[in-house]
Parts: sequence; C-alpha cells; structure tokens
Amino acid sequence: MATVELRFSALPEHVRTARLVAAAVARRAGVDESVLDEVRLAVGEACSRAVGLHQRGGIGGAVRVALTDQEKRFLIEVEDEAGLDAVPAAGAAEGGEADEDTLGLAVITGLVEDLEVTNGASGGVIRMSWPVSVASVAV
Amino acid sequence: MDLSLSTRAVGDRTVVEVGGEIDVYTAPKLREQLVELVNDGKYHLVVDMEGVDFLDSTGLGVLVGGLKRVRAHEGSLRLVCNQERILKIFRITGLTKVFPIHTSVDDAVAATD
Repeated sequence: MATVELRFSALPEHVRTARLVAAAVARRAGVDESVLDEVRLAVGEACSRAVGLHQRGGIGGAVRVALTDQEKRFLIEVEDEAGLDAVPAAGAAEGGEADEDTLGLAVITGLVEDLEVTNGASGGVIRMSWPVSVASVAV
Repeated sequence: MDLSLSTRAVGDRTVVEVGGEIDVYTAPKLREQLVELVNDGKYHLVVDMEGVDFLDSTGLGVLVGGLKRVRAHEGSLRLVCNQERILKIFRITGLTKVFPIHTSVDDAVAATD
C-alpha cells in the first residue's frame, strides 16, 4: 500500500496540489533536500501530462498519484485513465499536442534516472523513484 | 502562488516581468499576454524570469510559441534568468540553444545580435 495516495479530477488547477504533497511526503521519507526540486518538477510534469491526455481524449476521470516510501527508494506512480487514443503520435504537427507531450517527457527523462512509462488501453502509468538517504529519515 | 505579469517599454523593447509559478494551470495566462503583445505590434520582447519560482514544460512550450510568433515578424524574444533550477530545465530540453538567456534586463535590452 502507498504511504500517501492522492486522486484528483483531471484538471490543471490541481496539479500544483499534487506537486506540493509529493514534495512534502518525499522530504519526510528522507529524499535529499537537493533532489526535492527535481521530485516536485517530475511529479508536476507527470501530472500535467496525465491531465493533458484526459483533456485531449475528452474524458473526465481522475489522476492517481501514489507515493510510496520503500526502504531504500521513494517511489512515485502517476496513473491516468486516458486510453491509447489520447496519446499523441510522435511526429504529429509541429507546435501541436505532440510537441507539448514530448517536451514534458523530455523533462522527466532528463530529471529521473529510474523511470518507466507505460501506456495501456485503460490508461498509462509513469513510475519514478529516488534514493532515500537512510541517515536522514525524518523523526 | 499564482502567476503575476507586468509589462513595460524600454526603448523599442517590451519587458515582460513574470512572477510566481508557470505551470499547466497558469501558462495560458502567459500565452495570452505574449499573443496580445505580438498582436499589438510588439515584436522585441524580453521576458524577465527572475521572479519565477517554478517553471515546467507547459511554460517552456508557451515561451517557444512566443518565440515563433515574434520571429514571424523578424522580432526577438530574450530571457533574463539567473536561477539555476530554472536554467536546468532549459538545459535538459536543449532550449538554451534556442533562447538567448541574459543575466540582467539591462543586458537583454542592450543586446542586438
């Protein structure tokens, strides 16, 4: 079970909340202060992408963010409910949706070493994790 | 924190001072501002990002869109930024090669190349 789980309506105004919660839980789990900015940004990108997929697919639904404090890693999963139809094809019109999607994924890829992106018929998941500094676990 | 925007003319340049967080929620406001300026014939823009606390790819997309718009009128879009965490996002995405990034508004306004 996730340490903290968050579900929000797939709307842009809630992405900031997800960033703040993720950063707070990561700090408490012992993720190094110097990495928290990256965690905040990566979660924001993953959630923005999920919201974008929902909006492009014209579907409501929720984005789920699971924050799990494993012993040596802090795991974040961002799950959308948009199907494959919402995922823009690579090389779509310049300046269009594919560009935004590509830019978001480029930022996540550049930030996160341990990253897995999967797209499925009933939605996709972005999994990312960061090391936890055992010595600095919050009391 | 929300997004704050203010504009002022310095010579033939228009300085857009941005503060707060540029993300998927607030980026459309920045897009509107840039589109409005270009529609008003302001083709040489300096976007001062010193007051920006957070920037994500949606914000980058808006800046790239702004650059395309001013370039269509032989204009320019320069950025002012000294914050490492913001600059890092430009480096990761390779956009440091696309945008002229200056350390001060004075420097950006004086730049001609």
